[in-house]
Amino acid sequence: MPATPVDAEVTGPPVGRRLVLGLLGLGAVGMVVGSRVQDALGGAISAVQRADPTGVTALVPGGSGFQFYSVTDQEPTIDAGTYRLNVGGLVEAPRSFTLQDLAALPQTDLVRDFQCVTGWRVRAVPWSGVRLSDLLSQVSPSTGATALRLTSLDGAYTESLTLEQARRPDMLVATKMLGAAVTPDHGGPVRLYAAPMYGYKSLKWLGGIELVAAVQPGYWERRGYDVDAWIGRSNGRADAPV
Amino acid sequence: MPLSENAVEPSTSDGDARVLRFTRAQRAVHWTFAVLAFGCLFTAVALYVGPIATLVGRRALLRSVHLTCGYLMLVPLLLGLLSRAFRADVRRLNRFGPDDTRWLRSQPARRSGRLSVGKFNAGQKVAAAFVLGSVLVFLATGMAMADLGGVWSLTVRTGSTLVHQWLAFAFGVVVVGHLRLALRDRHAMSGAITGWVPRSWARSEHPDWAVDDAPVSG
Repeated sequence: MPATPVDAEVTGPPVGRRLVLGLLGLGAVGMVVGSRVQDALGGAISAVQRADPTGVTALVPGGSGFQFYSVTDQEPTIDAGTYRLNVGGLVEAPRSFTLQDLAALPQTDLVRDFQCVTGWRVRAVPWSGVRLSDLLSQVSPSTGATALRLTSLDGAYTESLTLEQARRPDMLVATKMLGAAVTPDHGGPVRLYAAPMYGYKSLKWLGGIELVAAVQPGYWERRGYDVDAWIGRSNGRADAPV
Repeated sequence: MPLSENAVEPSTSDGDARVLRFTRAQRAVHWTFAVLAFGCLFTAVALYVGPIATLVGRRALLRSVHLTCGYLMLVPLLLGLLSRAFRADVRRLNRFGPDDTRWLRSQPARRSGRLSVGKFNAGQKVAAAFVLGSVLVFLATGMAMADLGGVWSLTVRTGSTLVHQWLAFAFGVVVVGHLRLALRDRHAMSGAITGWVPRSWARSEHPDWAVDDAPVSG
């Protein structure tokens, strides 16, 4: 006869403990090798995700599509017809740009990765718009101006760049992304694309650019992220530069 | 399977007799843990699923709710260890009985009454181990993910993110299964909510549970 059931309930093999320890072991292995698995899988998964019209595969972890991070209750609703980008502060000729004004300026195309500080990266995203440096030359920054303070249209999000950083050729006031007008989710109609820096620098729903005398840390920068957000050289990360 | 009213009728002598399956302390542990788990799951969905994240926004708030619920999840389990009944059930969940492996493998036979089932069946034991192991892995990987200071290497944080996300999917599936099985069986639900189950139900679902030793109300 086997042990009585009551005894077996407390004397049988400790399968539960083995399962818990096994799961912990798997978790530890995953923490160590997961990064390599992600690199191997990410390309394949994102290829499937791009070809999936339903968007269901976007839920699969380890892919490399855009993820949506918002700091507000809802997205601003923006009418393209009345949209204005106000550029002012320490400039000789403050100006308000409509979408037509932006379209009339020299257009620049870039195909560059988008790297988030949380680790995901979308490869080879096509961006188009006006170079920030071209926009700035329209308003002639004064001699005292050393930095930019960028704000979203709803005023909820702010970002900063030094004037020197803003004049790099890979800083874009983007009106197109992924081959079409920037969608509202991606920050349309106009967003910043700061190619060499982590994604939190690429402010969405760009509404204002103010030239200022000193850098004023932006939204996430007041919450612990680096002000100079060079990809691979800030925030304790070592990603490949863009 | 839930017992139909008819199935209870023949044993009218003890049809109304009830046995205490879970004490007040055990139920407090269960429901506190459940609230925290749902706090984590709902905020996870609102943070992770693109279209819902777009609608909800408020990431800073969701993040702190998610982290708070997550960090607190072990607290009810640890406090539960103060309860003798909770410790006894932890031992029962930990140990496999002589028929438990067979129970897991044999879908029809597990209901035949030929396999011994104690206070918890083998499926409940495996699920309990999965939940405890998951919570520990969520805690370790979550702490690596939340760390901005660079104590954890980038490689470990990326790996942790992947583990955390895949495990969250598995955990969600297990939670849905848990709810399905519980909601299908009103006596099991009554055990979770009031602590008491009909003796006839206990004899049918958990025949080898030491029913005669358990407190009974008439």
